[in-house]
Amino acid sequence: MSAATATASTAPIPPRESWAQRMTRAVSRGPLHLVLIVIALVWLLPTVGLLVASLRPPSESAQTGWWKALTDTSQLTFENYRQILDDPLITQAFWNTVLITVPATLGVVVIGALAAYAFAWIDFRGRDWLFVGVVALLVVPIQVALIPVAKLYGTLGIFGDISGVVLFHVAFGLPFAVFLLRNFFAQIPRELLEAARIDGASELKVFRTVILPIGLPALASLAIFQFLWVWNDLLVALVFADTSNAPLTVAIRSQMRQFGTNFDIIGPAAFLSMLVPLAVFFAFQRYFVQGILAGSER
Amino acid sequence: MAGVALEDVTKVYDDGTVAVSNLALDIEDGEFMVLVGPSGCGKTTALRMVAGLETITAGEVRIAERVVNRVPPKDRDIAMVFQNYALYPHLTVADNLGFSLRLHKVPRAEIKRRVTDIARILGLEDLLNRKPRALSGGQRQRVAMGRAIVRDPEAFLMDEPLSNLDAKLRVQMRAEIARIQHDLGTTTIYVTHDQTEAMTMGDRVAVMRRGELQQVDHPQALYEHPVNLFVGGFIGSPAMNLVEGVLEHDDEQSGVLWARLGEQRLRLADSLLADRPTLHRYAGRGVAVGIRPEDLKDASMTTGPADGQRLRVSVGLVERMGAETYVHFTLDAKPVFTEDTRELVRERAEMTDNVLEQRGQAPHSECVARVQPRTEAREGEQLELAVDTSHVYFFDLETGQAIDDAASPAPGAAPDGRGDHGGTG
Repeated sequence: MSAATATASTAPIPPRESWAQRMTRAVSRGPLHLVLIVIALVWLLPTVGLLVASLRPPSESAQTGWWKALTDTSQLTFENYRQILDDPLITQAFWNTVLITVPATLGVVVIGALAAYAFAWIDFRGRDWLFVGVVALLVVPIQVALIPVAKLYGTLGIFGDISGVVLFHVAFGLPFAVFLLRNFFAQIPRELLEAARIDGASELKVFRTVILPIGLPALASLAIFQFLWVWNDLLVALVFADTSNAPLTVAIRSQMRQFGTNFDIIGPAAFLSMLVPLAVFFAFQRYFVQGILAGSER
Repeated sequence: MAGVALEDVTKVYDDGTVAVSNLALDIEDGEFMVLVGPSGCGKTTALRMVAGLETITAGEVRIAERVVNRVPPKDRDIAMVFQNYALYPHLTVADNLGFSLRLHKVPRAEIKRRVTDIARILGLEDLLNRKPRALSGGQRQRVAMGRAIVRDPEAFLMDEPLSNLDAKLRVQMRAEIARIQHDLGTTTIYVTHDQTEAMTMGDRVAVMRRGELQQVDHPQALYEHPVNLFVGGFIGSPAMNLVEGVLEHDDEQSGVLWARLGEQRLRLADSLLADRPTLHRYAGRGVAVGIRPEDLKDASMTTGPADGQRLRVSVGLVERMGAETYVHFTLDAKPVFTEDTRELVRERAEMTDNVLEQRGQAPHSECVARVQPRTEAREGEQLELAVDTSHVYFFDLETGQAIDDAASPAPGAAPDGRGDHGGTG
């Protein structure tokens, strides 16, 4: 066959839109966009409030609402941030949070993906029953494990340690991870894996070069879920981490007082603790949306 | 490059289903072998066993004289083209083509060179940076082909690679695949349910049915000497007309044999009888008579078909193709109604079993003739057809086996009758 016939049957590429076309479309979608913007603003308001409040001196915060600062910008100061960034309690807690969250997320994604591949595509005896077992673990509430695991950690000598917190998060993150990823991987056409095997790929290569790239949306959504869950966790950290290993959530809580609050610390600390998940979310949001849709179709 | 041999290969699934039984097939170095048969005949399973994607229950598969029963697919040095192409959706065309080379640690410059070469052969040069989702069906098919070719493997395995294309593209790719295979000289096993593909592409064609090999031969030999009713009815389009008839000796000339179809008689040509002396033993018995559509012509347009070479029929639908005309007609003779023909009709027309039973019991048969384009046959009228009585087929009604001294025996009947027995007679 000649190249001419090949190009003749070329699939249509959508032509570049002209500027006028894009404007027309934008205008016709105006009302929808307006509604979306309003919703976004309502959603954003508390966040902005927290940011502004964290920038006001404690004396002002005690007397007036944060919106006063919008008209009187002279109130705004970085003093609170300077203070908490100098406070070893907060900076240490921030570090602890990172040290807990990153390994707990990576661990769940890596182990979950490997296990999910095996459950989806490798034949071994008792596979389906084992998977049912994993799914059954989804409904075990973490609270029932607190005391036995605490005892176990005591014996192992990792009670109060960061590794204990990470291990707990990994263990309780895995059932959902395996469940989500297996269902996603199982929908990848069988022929794709067979083609890779015939092309000369070992199981590990199939996993790395075919499964992982195609499963990226599911992996990204899982990573976000797990990251947010661990980052915001208070209960597990409260139980298993001692003071020097406590993450931000625990540190912020310790600033609470019976009458009123240490707003000059809680405000900026809360905002800081929000910033990282926000960044993660925006970095992965493209996949996040895809990941939610993927798996529900095809 | 090398030959592929299947020796009494059997596949039994865990639930007891026998997908392939005792398949014996020798595919020579550089040969284009087509496995053809209706759906569920085991042809794809057979191919997948050669690929290593399916375990082998019994028997032996050899590629290049090496027994590969326990060799994983990646170490068999074969390439496969899948029905749905199975392109890697996350990779560009270039990366799809180079995928296996990268796995085999071929140097980058060499990969680039080979990918560019293949792209040129297949007309994919302008598409190398596209992802599969931005390709048309035909282009995807090409990439799938390219991915197999680029590796220069011991053998190509193709599993209905053209079935997802539209008719026109299919014809085009059919020729192209045959040409590429011929140029490369790589041993190829090609699975299809389409007998036209089988006939046009294969050096040899293996017809399978219900997990069993029926016949292996060169396309023309298969067409002229089908070993049984199934192969006779399966190969050829439009299909061979099969009706019940009785063979009778002439009262006066003992050397002459007639085939009675209902009230009419055909006098078998001397050349036919010379080739198939066994026919005489069937005198006085009922047989299945097969007449290919092209051996039936409009008698009014041919010069003097002798008596005994004519059939009067009532014309049904007339399809004018331009170069030829298909005349559907009813003949006053019972249709052949055996397990074989039932399966064939089911495969072709997808009739419900009820309709099928009724058809089978009818006293007349629905047939097709492929006559001269300018015939004046019209629906509802009578027509006289001239029959080429040197090309009539006969089958034993009970066994379904061809009454043909030249037909290669089915492997099941003769245990060592496998491989190339080129029964072109």
